[in-house]
Amino acid sequence: MYTTDLSGKDKKKSEPTPLKQEDPKLLAAFEARVANDEFIEPKDWMPEAYRRTLVRQISQHAHSEIVGMLPEGNWITRAPSLRRKAILLAKVQDEGGHGLYLYAAAETLGTSRAEMIEALHSGKAKYSTIFNYPTLTWADIGAIGWLVDGAAIMNQVPLQRTSFGPYARAMVRVCKEESFHQRQGYEIMMALAGGSREQKRMAQDALARWWWPSLMMFGPPDDKSPNTEQSIRWRIKRETNDELRQKFVDVSVPQAEAIGLSIPDKKLKWNEARGHYDYGEIDWEEFYAVVRGEGSVAKERMQARVKAWEDGAWVRDAALVHAAKRTAAKIAAE
Amino acid sequence: MAKLPPLAQYALRLGDDALILGQRLSEWCGHAPALEIDLSLANIALDLVGQATHFLGLAGEIEAKGRDADALAFKRDVLDFSNCLLVEQPNGDFARTIARQFLFSHFQELQFGALTGSTDPRLAAIAAKAVKEVAYHARLASDWVARLGDGTDESRARMIAGLDWMWRFVDELFVLDAIETKLASQGIAVDKPALRAAWDARIDGVLAEATLSRPAPHRPVLGGREGHHSEHLGHLLSEMQFLQRAYPGATW
Ligand SMILES: [Fe+2]
Ligand SMILES: [Fe+2]
Repeated sequence: MYTTDLSGKDKKKSEPTPLKQEDPKLLAAFEARVANDEFIEPKDWMPEAYRRTLVRQISQHAHSEIVGMLPEGNWITRAPSLRRKAILLAKVQDEGGHGLYLYAAAETLGTSRAEMIEALHSGKAKYSTIFNYPTLTWADIGAIGWLVDGAAIMNQVPLQRTSFGPYARAMVRVCKEESFHQRQGYEIMMALAGGSREQKRMAQDALARWWWPSLMMFGPPDDKSPNTEQSIRWRIKRETNDELRQKFVDVSVPQAEAIGLSIPDKKLKWNEARGHYDYGEIDWEEFYAVVRGEGSVAKERMQARVKAWEDGAWVRDAALVHAAKRTAAKIAAE
Repeated sequence: MAKLPPLAQYALRLGDDALILGQRLSEWCGHAPALEIDLSLANIALDLVGQATHFLGLAGEIEAKGRDADALAFKRDVLDFSNCLLVEQPNGDFARTIARQFLFSHFQELQFGALTGSTDPRLAAIAAKAVKEVAYHARLASDWVARLGDGTDESRARMIAGLDWMWRFVDELFVLDAIETKLASQGIAVDKPALRAAWDARIDGVLAEATLSRPAPHRPVLGGREGHHSEHLGHLLSEMQFLQRAYPGATW
């Protein structure tokens, strides 16, 4: 989901990146540690490809948290009760906090937050495709919490045991908050599904729009996800895209049924032999288009991020200049 | 709207101040100059929405006509809102937002500090919790006034402009009308004019640190407590109350 490798998958042929030859002894020792489920810490030796994959994955995860504040932030000022307003504010604030921990974890690998943000704004870095869909009604806030945060949990729980220590520890903090996010979303949906005809319509419509994009969050199918194998070997990932997606479908279907909403998939059916739900074909063309930046509100999302950053430049400058003045005054006084 | 009992009216004013400023601050969510600032502003907004919930809940309870905090927040029009004009002012740039917060949070901290001694135990209890929150808001805003005032030329110019914009609404904070005068004489409400000297000292102290001086005096702009607001409040309400108005009777 937030951490799916979205780099260059839409290209016909990805150019082979020249990797530096690693010292075979160091590499073998590293692989042994990872296979032994030890945590790799920032000061430890690591292969360049491992470092690069992690920076890409963690920063992409961080960007997703930050961009993800926008679709939900869109409804804070219109939340229908004081309780819902407070919950949503706290939730979106949590997401910002997740972004902070993740940027900090990525910075331990030698890339600054400013560089990562620059990469996001220039379109070089990706973020989860899910946030390029609009939040049209209040029910979308329910659907996001229930499905999007639900998918996040599915993905992030195994990452608490990912091989890079700072990332794993960030995930432990994040996971503590995610179940609250999922619950508040489902609770919104429950209230709507049990409400008036108009509310029920809102809820059903939100589910219909968010279901497929939520499944896409887990990324391309395993046979089209070439980096999965190495990421699993290095314990950066611990389960494949398709495994996680299946898990998500299996828990979400009964949740929808419990509140009387129907999932927009005619092929959805319990498969006794597999012990899983079968589900229909995902529109991968749409997925790759959104990865390319052609999601329906992708332009608005980036415009909002860039505007906030540029409008805030004078504030960040002032804070730096002020801090420097303070330090100078302190030195002069000594 | 029928006239509320004086105590309910007082609780309503306290709640409306918090609600409207919380609503304004939540507009920043996702758009602040830095991630850390985004989190701070959301945090303040969250505290204020919490305070509003308590004060409005109490107002409804005293009124005893079946209106809860949500009914009061989402089903009144401009004339029945009794917040001060300062809190409804649009965010503007970050300096203007900070100016508003700075002037208001120091007032609120002094007010809640005094309210903890109210003879009404319900008001005192809400104030006791809230005063800790607003002390943090006041400190955060003061730090930013100092940073922006004594930062770059641009931040200084913006901070001066922000304070200048908000200054005309300051006097209203300290007005004690007939309702509150009576409640204050019973030890229920805060004697707000008595807070002015302490507030002035706090503001002047921070401004000195920020190498700024007070904005030029301005004839006080008043009216919020009686429902006579700026043009901005109606727009704020139309956004905040949209769902409750569009789907009357629904529960969320
Ligand atoms: Fe998150
Ligand atoms: Fe979340």
